Amino acid sequence: MSTALLIEQLLNGLQLGVMLFLMAAGLTLIFGVMGLINLAHGSLYMIGAFACAIVASATGSFWIGLIASLVAAAAAGAIMEVLVIRRLYERDHLDQVLATFALILIFSEGSRWLFGSFALYLDIPPLLQGAVPLPGGGQYQLYRLAVIGVGISVAVGLHVLISRTRLGMRIRAGESDREMIAALGIDIQTLYTVVFALGAALAGLAGALVGALQSVQVGMGEPVLILAFVVIVIGGIGSIKGALVGAILVGTIDTMGRFLLPKTLALILPASQAGMIGAALASMLIYIVMALILAFRPRGLFAA
Amino acid sequence: MSVILQSSGSALTLNTTKNGNTQKGNNMKSIIAVSILGLSLATASAANAEPVKIGVITTLSGGGAGLGIDMRDAFTLAIKQSGNKEIELIVEDDAQKPEIAVQLAEKMIQSDKVDLLTGIIWSNLAMAVVPNTVAQDIIYLSPNAGPSALAGANCNANYFNVAYQNDNFHEAMGQYANKDYKKTFVLAPNYPAGKDSLTGFKRFYKGELAGEIYTQVGQTDYAAEIAQIRDSGADSVFFFLPGGMGIAFMKQYAQSGVNIPVMGPGFSFDQDVLGAIGDAALGVKNSATWSKDLDNEANRKFVDAFQAEYKRLPSIYAAQSWDTANLIIAALSKTSVKDKDAFRAALKAADFKSVRGEFVFNNNNHPIQNVYVREVVKEGDVLTNRIVATAFEHHKDAYADQCKM
Repeated sequence: MSTALLIEQLLNGLQLGVMLFLMAAGLTLIFGVMGLINLAHGSLYMIGAFACAIVASATGSFWIGLIASLVAAAAAGAIMEVLVIRRLYERDHLDQVLATFALILIFSEGSRWLFGSFALYLDIPPLLQGAVPLPGGGQYQLYRLAVIGVGISVAVGLHVLISRTRLGMRIRAGESDREMIAALGIDIQTLYTVVFALGAALAGLAGALVGALQSVQVGMGEPVLILAFVVIVIGGIGSIKGALVGAILVGTIDTMGRFLLPKTLALILPASQAGMIGAALASMLIYIVMALILAFRPRGLFAA
Repeated sequence: MSVILQSSGSALTLNTTKNGNTQKGNNMKSIIAVSILGLSLATASAANAEPVKIGVITTLSGGGAGLGIDMRDAFTLAIKQSGNKEIELIVEDDAQKPEIAVQLAEKMIQSDKVDLLTGIIWSNLAMAVVPNTVAQDIIYLSPNAGPSALAGANCNANYFNVAYQNDNFHEAMGQYANKDYKKTFVLAPNYPAGKDSLTGFKRFYKGELAGEIYTQVGQTDYAAEIAQIRDSGADSVFFFLPGGMGIAFMKQYAQSGVNIPVMGPGFSFDQDVLGAIGDAALGVKNSATWSKDLDNEANRKFVDAFQAEYKRLPSIYAAQSWDTANLIIAALSKTSVKDKDAFRAALKAADFKSVRGEFVFNNNNHPIQNVYVREVVKEGDVLTNRIVATAFEHHKDAYADQCKM
């Protein structure tokens, strides 16, 4: 095993991590501020990807598609909040889970009806095509590097937004005492809608970025949603910092597990068996890690 | 009140079975058998006119939808062209999930009372559905999946595989790879067909393996695998990733800067995925039992009819499904589907014009057929395949010897 391979795999883990962070940040923000479990967050991811694919193929520009994904997901999030979610804040978590699960079905069948069951394929913009050399003689796909860059900038941007701006102050206040900030005369309803739309936009951005790498199809959001939940449970529900650490941790562990477990097992087992068992174990690994972290820190790493 | 009545009623039935009231059971069975015999005798003269229900369970949504849609479209077209108005199709989407496929099969057998089942694309779904179905004496015809577990000791008189045994395509590529390559990296999803794939490849490949990876079924990101390929020092990559998996892999591979030549079974480079993969697939060698340019009359008719009806080129899945439908139609013209023994014999005779040319069933009800090597070429703007070599003639699968039929 060479250093180039190790660096490449660490970058892969980081890239998966920042994508998960984009999803988890919105999820944890919504839970932290409004106390709402939003299962339909994966649908917003899908909406972002579809918006990007449709607009990019109509205009021929990935970048316009990317902007469209932000706008479409934020708009869908805001409409969802005003029409449905607003009625759920006072209800218990089971009602929220049921209602947002219904939203998943509505969004999935709706997009199947609109766009069909076939996957759509987005092309990587010409500017970001190809690979760049890495130290140690390896190469790395340029687009994935750009995705890492976007993820890190979003993390920094969110940090500044929450710690330095008036909106951020209100979000923090909302997290610690919802009734009190309403009593202070802050328009809590608008704040909720803004936070929800912000979370939705981040999910939409993640969907569009991943769409160009993989494929755009109905139901693409749900596997990512599960991972995003693992991330916020590990990181501590409601904590943006926890989401970032959790996402990078899950991304790295998942990638390295898929890569190293079969290799390690191959030392004691025949190659093909090691491959099969290793692959099966690797897909369980992050859940095992989650269980271990919860055993020692039941409220997650950075409990709010 | 009614609830209590019902539950005591079912308790009663349970009791009789438990007490082993076999005398009564046997009587019942023989009455049914006699009436079925009578029925089939009465209808045998009008074999063509009786209604036949065929249940089609296939994948019509998600990343594997392209395969199932081709399967369904070819099947319905073949039935339509046969002019047989008595065939009723019940088509349902399994969403590529074994649990849904099992539910659909139960529903089709218990409440729709289908005579035949077919349609499943994925081997893990076939493994969940087929053993139960054939145990209930329902005939299942596979238009695609051919897991090794159903080809050997567990072969069944009610299970006909019209497509292939899973290992076949991969065996052909293993054989062909000996010509150019010494150190191949192999990659397949971690499910029955993926294991069969690499087993098949290795059965005929003489070089060494630079690496062997099993990915998750439905995986969409292959960065970690591509990194290992880059580092492995391989001279070639063999991958079996059907449907959306293959598209995602090839798109990412083309962008990764890795230049090692790829090859695979026809599934990784078939008509359903070539459009989305694009020019990155040009010139790639792949193995299949069928190709659009296979020179026989049935195939020309099939390709023209499919193109005229759906305005696209057919895939392997469509070809196999077309054959499945025509095999059923041919058997129906000989005998009634209600007379199971006669119908099984009529199926086994395989008296139909296959788009793959000569078609014969082996003792385990899996085909004996040629496997070809194809190359991805461009015809006008359309990427498609062309046969460049024959890897095996009259190829049998490796498990038939273990089958006691």
